[in-house]
Amino acid sequence: MYWGTRADDLIVKAMIGLLERNPNLPKERVDDVAIAATTQEGDQGLTLGRTAAILAGLPMSVPGYAIDRMCAGAMTAVATTAGGIAFGAYDVAIAGGVEHMGRHPMGGNADPNPRFLAEKLVSGDALNMGMTAERLHDRFPALTKERADRFGMRSQQKVAAAYAAGHIQPDLVPVALRSEQGYGLATMDEGMRPETTMEGLAGLKTPFRPHGRVTAGNASPLTDGATVSLLASADAAKELGLGVKMRLVSFAFAGVEPEVMGIGPIPSTEKALKKAGLSIDDIGLFELNEAFAVQVLSLLDHFGIDDDDPRVNPWGGAIAIGHPLASSGVRLMIQLARQFEQHPEVQYGLTAMCVGLGQGGSMIWENPHYRGGRKGK
Amino acid sequence: MTSAIAQYSVEQFEPLLALSEDEVVTHSYVRDVALPSGGTLALVTIDNGRDHTRPSTLGPKGLLEFAAVMDEQAARAQRGEIAAVAVTGKPFILAAGADLSKVESIPDRASGKLMAQLGHYALGKLGELGVPSFVFINGLALGGGVEVALNADYRTIDRNAAAIALPEVFLGIIPGWGGAWLLPNLIGIENALKVVVENPLKNNRTLTATQAFELGMADAIFDSATFLESSIRWADDVIAGRTKVKRPNQPGKIERAVKWDAAIGIARSMLEKRIGTIARSPYVALDLLKAAKSSDKATGFAAEDEALADLISGDQFRASIYAFNLVQKRAKKPAGAPDKSLAKPVTRIGVLGAGLMASQFALLFVRRLQVPVIITDLDQERVDKGIAYIHGEISALEQKGRLHADDANRLRALVTGTTDKADFAGCDWVIEAVFEELSIKQQVFAEIEQHVSPEAVLATNTSSLSVEQIGAKLQHPERVVGFHFFNPVAVMPLIEVVRTPTTDEATLATAMVTAAGLKKNAVITADSPGFVVNRILAKLLGEAMHAVETGTPFEDVVEAQRHFGLPMDPFVLLDLVGLKVGAHVLDTHHAAFPERFFPSPALHELAEAGVLLEKDAKGNPKGIDKKAVAIVAKHRPAGSQPSTVAELTRRLEDGLADEIHRMLQEGVVSSPEDIDLCMILGAGWPFQMGGVTPFLDRVGASERVFGDTFHHPPIRGSH
Repeated sequence: MYWGTRADDLIVKAMIGLLERNPNLPKERVDDVAIAATTQEGDQGLTLGRTAAILAGLPMSVPGYAIDRMCAGAMTAVATTAGGIAFGAYDVAIAGGVEHMGRHPMGGNADPNPRFLAEKLVSGDALNMGMTAERLHDRFPALTKERADRFGMRSQQKVAAAYAAGHIQPDLVPVALRSEQGYGLATMDEGMRPETTMEGLAGLKTPFRPHGRVTAGNASPLTDGATVSLLASADAAKELGLGVKMRLVSFAFAGVEPEVMGIGPIPSTEKALKKAGLSIDDIGLFELNEAFAVQVLSLLDHFGIDDDDPRVNPWGGAIAIGHPLASSGVRLMIQLARQFEQHPEVQYGLTAMCVGLGQGGSMIWENPHYRGGRKGK
Repeated sequence: MTSAIAQYSVEQFEPLLALSEDEVVTHSYVRDVALPSGGTLALVTIDNGRDHTRPSTLGPKGLLEFAAVMDEQAARAQRGEIAAVAVTGKPFILAAGADLSKVESIPDRASGKLMAQLGHYALGKLGELGVPSFVFINGLALGGGVEVALNADYRTIDRNAAAIALPEVFLGIIPGWGGAWLLPNLIGIENALKVVVENPLKNNRTLTATQAFELGMADAIFDSATFLESSIRWADDVIAGRTKVKRPNQPGKIERAVKWDAAIGIARSMLEKRIGTIARSPYVALDLLKAAKSSDKATGFAAEDEALADLISGDQFRASIYAFNLVQKRAKKPAGAPDKSLAKPVTRIGVLGAGLMASQFALLFVRRLQVPVIITDLDQERVDKGIAYIHGEISALEQKGRLHADDANRLRALVTGTTDKADFAGCDWVIEAVFEELSIKQQVFAEIEQHVSPEAVLATNTSSLSVEQIGAKLQHPERVVGFHFFNPVAVMPLIEVVRTPTTDEATLATAMVTAAGLKKNAVITADSPGFVVNRILAKLLGEAMHAVETGTPFEDVVEAQRHFGLPMDPFVLLDLVGLKVGAHVLDTHHAAFPERFFPSPALHELAEAGVLLEKDAKGNPKGIDKKAVAIVAKHRPAGSQPSTVAELTRRLEDGLADEIHRMLQEGVVSSPEDIDLCMILGAGWPFQMGGVTPFLDRVGASERVFGDTFHHPPIRGSH
């Protein structure tokens, strides 16, 4: 869909959409712009935060920078700018991410230091995300292929239902695209497969090892996308009349062995909960990035949550709509925020994701629409 | 409403396909877009598959494809499948109008008429789809490209669209795919006059997107970054009734009753004053615009068909296209220019002189080349005056906002003055603008040669002296080149680069590259008196003065050359160049070619007295001063006979044909194309004459004088 669209144009169009939807915000009040991309070269190079700010029509007085933590790029952009706000350095910031995986395949021109392998710092599998997912199946035999496939199928079904209900569309920014058939307009995600069945999934190839468990059906597809968010201090939000969608309570990042990067969100979530003084039981909604089904399931098992707990990814996730690496962190936030609106009985939510080379990132959010009490399940 | 295009049928255009075998076809691609409030927009992209250096153009195949795609959309609209149709272009370009490279292949009036009708047939469908039509003007839109947009119900425009214009009148035709009827009915008669007539005649001026929007040529303007997204959203709002389109410039009853004819009348009398009545297309355009006041669309389209058919098959259009190609193509690849790689670097400029001309050179060189420029003169006072003038001009540009303060500082710092020619050491390009006398020019060049390297180029702006002789006394005459500007230096686009028998290739290449750096068009000429422009003007002016001296009334002389359609008559031109300069030019040419060029003793006396034209309070010429008539009468040789208008016309035409024929035989330039390019760029001779040689061929002068034509086949229409 986006083969003819530049990555920087994707993030710029997302930023323009964000600014249009927040007309109260005087553009010169933006204190910084942090934009993430994993492969920072070509149309994702040249200090994206600054270039995107200029291209999106922000005044020259607004600075910007680029940021990278692979899959958690946008989440890290949010974390750093939110940190700046907490410290008092910023009133308002823009944070987001973009990944055009068609133009920038994962690990594209990377040149890993030979010491990683020579000194056995990491195993050869660690740099191949599919291999790390297979290893999770090895480590947790209870995480069967059947569970992973079912989770993948459910993701497809939930995304389709959410689109049908019109939950997703209000937060999308339509993007014009050029093709051999002339110009068109992208108005929804591409590559969704709502018709997915368990039988169909069972027959898919396992590209990472013979008779493996990880397939295209229980992993996120390669996609192109951009996301962006507006962060502000409580005072600035009030002063400027910005509609508050969520309040950031805490965040944490944590490292694990790179070979099993998928479990990264477990320690990062524990850390974030601890910082927030909350327990997993306080979390009413989970937006977990579905890099691989098995890696989400490992977190659910760890915390004793059912595979099909309705609090988890109620509108599906990356297996259905894709995981354009550095942009996904903000997509989790966008969906959580929209669900908060619909669930005033929920006080806290979690966004979490695994990160290549053995990391996890987690953010705990409070629902400004929270009315107290509980709606019966 | 009756259909404006029912008068055409697809079968009638069959003959045009034979003319379009190698057409670069602009295709029409359709993709459906889901509108936010439901419903489908059929989005049509017109794209010739090339990059932005070859803008999409509209030929018979492309138009027929567009028409077929529109028919499909009309059928879908009928079935209720689509809510609207929108058209946009490939990146940066909507369309650049008809394919001008195909003009020569239109054999006759009938084919020309078919081209007009096909445009109406295809583009007119946008007005009769059964659902609203939109054109999203995403970039460059010229001529037929603008008419694509005008035929739709609604238009949006990209704030950075490169240029919007209806240049037809500039090229000797009229906007004949709906433009002449649709535009005044959309934006009012005065605005339409500006776009259709006024701008094309102001050296083909184009509109910015903002100007086009403000005139009412588009209903909404959006930023480029999200132009298509915004346009689609806007279209949705219009279809859903959330946005009401306001067109404040659309003419109402009062404008039609009161303003319309008056505006046409004013425009006509201004045109007659400015360009005379020879060029046809502006007046045909006025007629069409006038009729658009009360005619319906079908009648308007039919009138455009007839007008376009007449013009497209006429002499003036062919000559205009020839001239347009000279200016667009030949001017950019000058004939006989050595390879650019031979050019020597120009990093420091010396200007000999600090008078007005020298200061203008210095200003132009520093602005365009942005290298150090040093000027010199006899004493410090003159040098200071020159520097003050240059700094003043730079400051004026800064105050007008045409130069940033940083850039103005940079330019001012680059210009220095000296009275010591030793300070010219290090200059690799020195141009002189000292008094027009051989010994003085020889002397300043000899002096400067002591201080600059043997490779430094020495350029002279002489208009009447031999460049070779100016360099004759130098140790290194091979680095001397003529570099002849036209007044005003900053404005006139031509430089005659004069190559002497000794000028070497590197010097010539340097002159050509430098001219291009100055954003001028250079034509290489031989080192012969008057080069190209002055020799041809001297012929015309000499004949004119000779005619009045022999008793022909001034009015008859003006009448005798009126059908040329020159920008001004010979006497106004003399007044403009200055009577002294004019007299001097005639003397030089008489000295060089005594048997063919007349000197004018009367002109010398007119120059002394400072009289020729009678002018009104604003300084516009309104006739010949009575004193001038008296002075000229004194110089009438005994027994001389006045010429009739017809005799003089013949003398002027034949004289020019003869002189130009000789110039080509002498090798002053290599081809008639270069003669014409010089006259268009250096003297402002009109496109409809094709410069001069197509005109001389079509009035028969070439045949009369040398039994042949300059062009084979002659550049002329089919009727």
